[in-house]
Amino acid sequence: MADLQDIQVIDPGVDESIKKLTPERIERTINRVLTEESAARLQIYLDTCVHCGLCAEACQSYISRDGDPDYAPVAKVKDTLWEMVKRKGKVDGEFLHNAARIAFIDCGACRRCSAYCPFGIDISYLIMTVRRILNLLGVVPQYLQDTTNSHAVTMNQMWVQQDDWIDTLMWQEEDAQAELAGTRIPLDKEGAEIMYSIIGPEPKILAQLIANMAIIFKVAGADWTMPSTDGWDNSNMAMYSGDFETMGRVERLHWERAMQLKVKRVVMGECGHAYRGAVYDGPRWLGWTKPPIPMVHAVEYYYELLKSGRIKIARKIEEPVTVQDPCNIVRGRGLHHKLRYVINEICEDFHDMEPRYEHNYCCQAGGGLINCGPPWKLSRMKSNRIKADQIRETGAHTVITPCHNCHSGIEDIIGHYKLGCHVSFISELLVKTIEMPNAGEEA
Amino acid sequence: MYEFVRGPLVWIAFIGFFGGLLYRFITMARLARKDKVVYATFDAKYGLRSLLHWVIPFAGVNMRMRPIYTLLSYAFHICVLVTPLFLMGHAVLWQESWGIRWWSLPEGIADIMTLVVVFACIFFIIRRLVRPEVRNVSYPSDFLLALLVMAPFVTGFVAHQQWLPYKPMIIIHGLSGALWLLLIPWTRLVHMMWFPFTRAYMGSEFGSVRHSKDW
Ligand code: SF4
Ligand code: SF4
Ligand code: SF4
Repeated sequence: MADLQDIQVIDPGVDESIKKLTPERIERTINRVLTEESAARLQIYLDTCVHCGLCAEACQSYISRDGDPDYAPVAKVKDTLWEMVKRKGKVDGEFLHNAARIAFIDCGACRRCSAYCPFGIDISYLIMTVRRILNLLGVVPQYLQDTTNSHAVTMNQMWVQQDDWIDTLMWQEEDAQAELAGTRIPLDKEGAEIMYSIIGPEPKILAQLIANMAIIFKVAGADWTMPSTDGWDNSNMAMYSGDFETMGRVERLHWERAMQLKVKRVVMGECGHAYRGAVYDGPRWLGWTKPPIPMVHAVEYYYELLKSGRIKIARKIEEPVTVQDPCNIVRGRGLHHKLRYVINEICEDFHDMEPRYEHNYCCQAGGGLINCGPPWKLSRMKSNRIKADQIRETGAHTVITPCHNCHSGIEDIIGHYKLGCHVSFISELLVKTIEMPNAGEEA
Repeated sequence: MYEFVRGPLVWIAFIGFFGGLLYRFITMARLARKDKVVYATFDAKYGLRSLLHWVIPFAGVNMRMRPIYTLLSYAFHICVLVTPLFLMGHAVLWQESWGIRWWSLPEGIADIMTLVVVFACIFFIIRRLVRPEVRNVSYPSDFLLALLVMAPFVTGFVAHQQWLPYKPMIIIHGLSGALWLLLIPWTRLVHMMWFPFTRAYMGSEFGSVRHSKDW
């Protein structure tokens, strides 16, 4: 039985939109997505699932809610897609209200269950198909829709305007220079080796992360640049709200910007879903097998710098730390060993979570969940008690989270379950620990 | 009737079975072209790597988490595929109808394998009833399918032991077996054909796109 409090949550983006729908529109939209927009994968997954429930134990929400059957991955598909197929699209408002809760809040699209289902059924893809239907019906949690609107209008996630963007970069450049003389944030430098791309929340609320990275680039002696205009944000909430048209525009612009700057590769900041959008979902929607320029996640880049000795650690962090493996760079890119290498270089006392690597539990914030905003926070917390247990067990004071969603999601969990630790990006630890050249040597 | 079951019905069942599978295969292969990413993603190395980990018992985390289920499931799937193919009683039929002669299972072993299938089916049905996460997603058709899979094995066994009149039993056995074969392409039993493809596809995505493991 799904949680009563969750069922009763009212979200205007969902409930007000449902009131405007007609049965014909619902039916037409569902059938269009099921027959025209999707093909073999949808068909074969619906055909093959033997209703065995072996995927249940994979999902953090199922485990955290004491094995409530409604939170098993397959149940989430049953209560949404199976019913839509069975009823040939003739579903009502109440059904859609529940489907929206299930698709947008109960599943973080983390794909852990695909490694537990014997057939490798992609539940996350099926849930995304439900989100696509809901998106076309205009039934999307309000906060999430707002970020999507922002993408559509400004090409970034947080309504950052052009003048704000430049202003923030200049301000961060000054801040960085106060730490390390001579640090620059080079804009639009054509032919640079690296384009550094970040996500919307950085200029908006976490600007110091930009300065951190500028310092790291400076110490490493990197040849890098950032775009002065749209295309700098590679986060993509449209990908999670089911607005694939906007998702495609965002990704295309991001890659076009990189091509214009003629860079050799794109290094992206510590974010998981942005990586997924730029490397996986975006190119697929655009019909490319892979991005036009290689993309390197910050974790890979730090690994490279530390391994080659281009940056060195002067003094390690002593307090106990652990790490949240972000699904999108671990299950989504296999960076877990490199991540551990980086952490062990920076920190004395690292305690791993169990299960870890590809089998780590999602933070229940990714996949657009945290972007659904305050109405759904309590539900997210209930769905990830297991993460709180995992963190508590490590005894760590700091949870390293090289992903923006994990960062905010884990922070929420720490607060809700009173774990008394805090979260940190790797760049924050790096600027505290790397060997800085003497200010005198700098021109 | 008895003659019909031993002769034409076998033909009908096999033609229906292979024809159905072929039809499903071709339509799915076409549909996969519409799904732009499918063929582009398939990767022989990573697909096989994943498949191997899901064919070898206990190679995956989930299989190790539930050892009893894993053992039963392997035993069931081996027996359900091997027994009908290599049963002595069937070997005679192969030879009569198509003149093919092949190795057949010693009788005692065939009996045990039949019982494994029956007990595993009973186990699956009970599991469906008692495990909340499975009951929640069980439709009546899931129970019917389990019974359908069981039927030819139960009836064949009873006929062979001659606990009930032989001929009527064999007729029921033949009919249920034929129904089973005919329904495979059109029900969830089709997972026997799709398994290698869905698994290999997920393995390819995990391996070549995401550089990680899916087991
Ligand atoms: S949250 Fe992850 S494990 Fe749970 S159903 Fe969604 S994709 Fe599967
Ligand atoms: S998705 Fe896979 S594991 Fe889950 S019920 Fe279906 S077949 Fe079983
Ligand atoms: S936020 Fe982090 S843990 Fe959660 S889905 Fe994204 S990458 Fe995974």
